[in-house]
Amino acid sequence: MPETHRRPASNLPPLSLHIPEPRYRPGDTPDFGDIDIPAIEATPRPGEATKPDAMRELCYGLIRVLDFDGQAKGPWNPKLSTDRMRAMLRYMMLVRAFDARMFRAQRQGKTSFYMKSTGEEATSVASTMAIDRADMVFPSYRQQGILITREYPLIQMMNQIYSNRGDHLLGRQLPIMYSAPDYGFFSVSGNLATQYPQAVGWAMASASKGDSRIATVWCGEGSSAEGDFHSALTFATVYNAPVIFNVVNNQWAISSFSGFAGGERTTFAARAVGYGIAGLRVDGNDPLAVYAATQWAADRARTNNGPTLVEHFTYRSEGHSTSDDPSAYRPADEPTAWPFGDPIARLRQHLETLGEWDGARHEALAKELDDLVKTTQKQSEKLGILGHGMHQPFETMFEDVFEEMPWHLKEQCAQMLAEQTAKFGPDWKPE
Amino acid sequence: MSTDTRTMNMIEAINDAMDIMLDRDANVVVMGEDVGYFGGVFRATAGLQKKHGKTRVFDTPINECGIIGVAVGMGAYGLRPVPEIQFADYIYPGLDQLVSEAARLRYRSAGDYICPMTVRTPFGGGIFGGQTHSQSPESIMTHICGVKTVIPSNPRDAKGLLIAAIEDNDPVVFLEPKRIYNGPFSGYYDRPVEPWSKHAASAVPDGYYRTELGKAATVREGEGVTVLAYGTMVHVVKTIVEERGIDAEILDLRTLLPLDIEAIEASVKKTGRCLIVHEATRTSGFGAELAALVQERCFYHLEAPVERVTGFDTPYPHSLEWAYFPGPVRIATALEKIMKD
Repeated sequence: MPETHRRPASNLPPLSLHIPEPRYRPGDTPDFGDIDIPAIEATPRPGEATKPDAMRELCYGLIRVLDFDGQAKGPWNPKLSTDRMRAMLRYMMLVRAFDARMFRAQRQGKTSFYMKSTGEEATSVASTMAIDRADMVFPSYRQQGILITREYPLIQMMNQIYSNRGDHLLGRQLPIMYSAPDYGFFSVSGNLATQYPQAVGWAMASASKGDSRIATVWCGEGSSAEGDFHSALTFATVYNAPVIFNVVNNQWAISSFSGFAGGERTTFAARAVGYGIAGLRVDGNDPLAVYAATQWAADRARTNNGPTLVEHFTYRSEGHSTSDDPSAYRPADEPTAWPFGDPIARLRQHLETLGEWDGARHEALAKELDDLVKTTQKQSEKLGILGHGMHQPFETMFEDVFEEMPWHLKEQCAQMLAEQTAKFGPDWKPE
Repeated sequence: MSTDTRTMNMIEAINDAMDIMLDRDANVVVMGEDVGYFGGVFRATAGLQKKHGKTRVFDTPINECGIIGVAVGMGAYGLRPVPEIQFADYIYPGLDQLVSEAARLRYRSAGDYICPMTVRTPFGGGIFGGQTHSQSPESIMTHICGVKTVIPSNPRDAKGLLIAAIEDNDPVVFLEPKRIYNGPFSGYYDRPVEPWSKHAASAVPDGYYRTELGKAATVREGEGVTVLAYGTMVHVVKTIVEERGIDAEILDLRTLLPLDIEAIEASVKKTGRCLIVHEATRTSGFGAELAALVQERCFYHLEAPVERVTGFDTPYPHSLEWAYFPGPVRIATALEKIMKD
C-alpha cells in the first residue's frame, strides 16, 4: 500500500466527504416556496456590447418577462406582436402533441425509444424564433422544438423515429437523433456535449469567412460536466466566437439532480464568469424571457461582441426517456410543485389577458394540432414501423462508412447478402 | 466457496459481488452516473447505497474523464474504486485517463503507485441501442499495455470474476454483455427470451469466492473444431453447434488479457481447427490477435485456415441490427466451411 494511505498521527478534526443529495425523494412532500424568484424589474438589460465583467449579476439573477398573472413587463420585454406570440404558442403546443403521440407509439411497440420535452418547450421554440433561420444549430437530444419551429416536416421526424423506409437516415440512428442540414440542424449524437466544441468551430469558420451567420448549441446541466463543455468555452473566449451556448437546466439528469453537475454551489450561467464571456440566466418556462435573452445573445454574437452562455432554468416534467422511471428517484408530484408553471399555460394566459386568445380558440387549436399529428402519424406508419419487417436494403449498412467503399467492406457486404438469401430466400426485398 | 447457491441473473450476481466486497473491504467504493440512490440504469448497484452509505456508493457528474481520473487518485490514496461507465460507448472521453494514466501508473512510478480500480461497463448490442449504446470496444482495452480485460458470460462467473477483479492490484476493465443481463441469448432474436433461471450457471454460490482472472472455461468438449468466444457469443455459438450436431469444443475465454493461451493451445492442437467468434467489428478486432497466436503456436496442427466470425466494419446500425449481428447463419456458414476444409 502506498505511504499516503497511512493516516498520520494528528489531533486535527477528521475531514468529511460531501455527497450531494436532492431536497426531496419519493415519499417526501416537495415545497419550493423558498426558491429565490427575483422581481421582474430587478434584472437590468445591459447593452449587447457590454463587457462580461460589467454584467456578472446577470449570471446570478433571473431574466423574466411574464409575471404569474400573465402580464409582460420589465426591461427584457421583447414586445412581440400578438401574431408572433400566437405562432410561438402554436409551435409549443405542436411539440407537446407530437411528444405525446410518439411516446405512446413507443409504448405500443412501434419503435425502440422516445424522449419528450414536456415543460421545456419554451427553451427550444422561443429561442429558435429569436435567431435567424440561416443560423446553425447544434442540438442535444431534447430539441425537437427547434425542428418543429423551423417547420421541418413532421413526417420526416416520424419516419426517423420509426426507422422506416421514409427515414433519410436509413434506420441507422436511434429514434430522435435527427439530422436536417437544410434546416440548419446538425446531426444529433448519442454522446453528451460533444456538439459543444463543434459549434464553436462552426462559429469560428463563419467568422473567418466573413459570414453573418452565428451558431447555437445545446446541452443539459448534467452534461455541462463533460470536458467538451469546458473545451468549448475555452475556444470560444480565445477566438471570441459568434456562438450561443444554451444550458437547459431542467434539474434532473436521469436520476441525478443538478447538484451532481455543481448546481449546489453556483448557477450554470456563472460558468461564463471564469471564461470571461457573457452569461445570462433566464426563466426557461417563460417563453418571452427565453426569446429576449436569445435575441440579446444573437445580437451580441452577430456584432462581433462574442459568445454568450444562457442558462435556461426549467424543469423536466417527465422521465428522461421511455427507458426511465422518475418515480424511483423523485416525488411523483415534484413537477406540479415546481413554482415556475408551464410554458404553454403561461403564454396562453398572457394572450388571454391581452384579449387576443380564449379557451375556445385554445381548445380548437389543440384539437387541430392533435389531428395534424395523428394524420401525419398514419401516413408515416404506412412507410413501416420498427421491428415489423425490415425497411432498408441491407446494403445500406455498408454505405457511408467512407465516401468510397474499400475492398473489405465490399467483401463483408457480399457475405451479408448471402446471409440474407439464406435467411429470407433470393427474392426478398425490404418492406 | 459455499455449497449453498441462489438463482441469480447477471445483474444480481454483479450486484452481489460488489455488495460482498463493500462488506469485506472498507476501501472499496462504487461510483458512477446514476449508480447511487437510483441504483444504476441497469440496476446493477440497486440497494448498495442504502446499505453501505453515501460515501461508499455514490453518483458522479456526467464526466467519464473525471470518473476514471478520480478513481486513479483514490487508488493512489489506497482505496479500491469500482467506477461504472454507464455504457461502454461512453468510455471514450475517459480514455486518456485510462490509457495514459491508469494503465501506466505502476510502470512509470516503478511501483511507487498502483491503480487497483475496476471499471465496470455494459457493452455489446442486440437491444436496439443504435451506434452509441451497442459497441464492443474490448480490443481497444487489450491494446493498452497495463489494463486487464475481463468479460463474463454467465452469473456465476460474473460474480467470481468481479470479486477477483476488485481484489486485483492492477486496473481491470470489466465488460458486461448487456444483452445477456437477464437471460442467455440463443442468437435467434425472434424467439422468446429464456431467463437465467433455466441455465445451470444461474446457481450462484453464496458469499465470497473468486473466479481467477486469466483462465478460460470449457463450455463444451469436442474433437472436431475449437470455437473461441466470450460474453454473449458463447451462448449463440453453443446454440448453433448443438443445433447442427457439430463436434465442437467451445472455450469461453472470460479474460482477454491476460489470455489463457495454454487452454487455447491445448484445444486447437487437439481439434486441428479454430473458429473465433466476436460481436465487435472485424478489422483489428480481438479475433485478429487470437488468429495470430493460434497460427504462431499451433500452425503444424492446423487442418484448415483459422476463421473469424464478427460484426461488420460499420457503425452499429439501429434498424438493421439483426443483419449486423453475427448470428446463426454467419456462424453456421463459417463452421461448415472450416469443417469441410
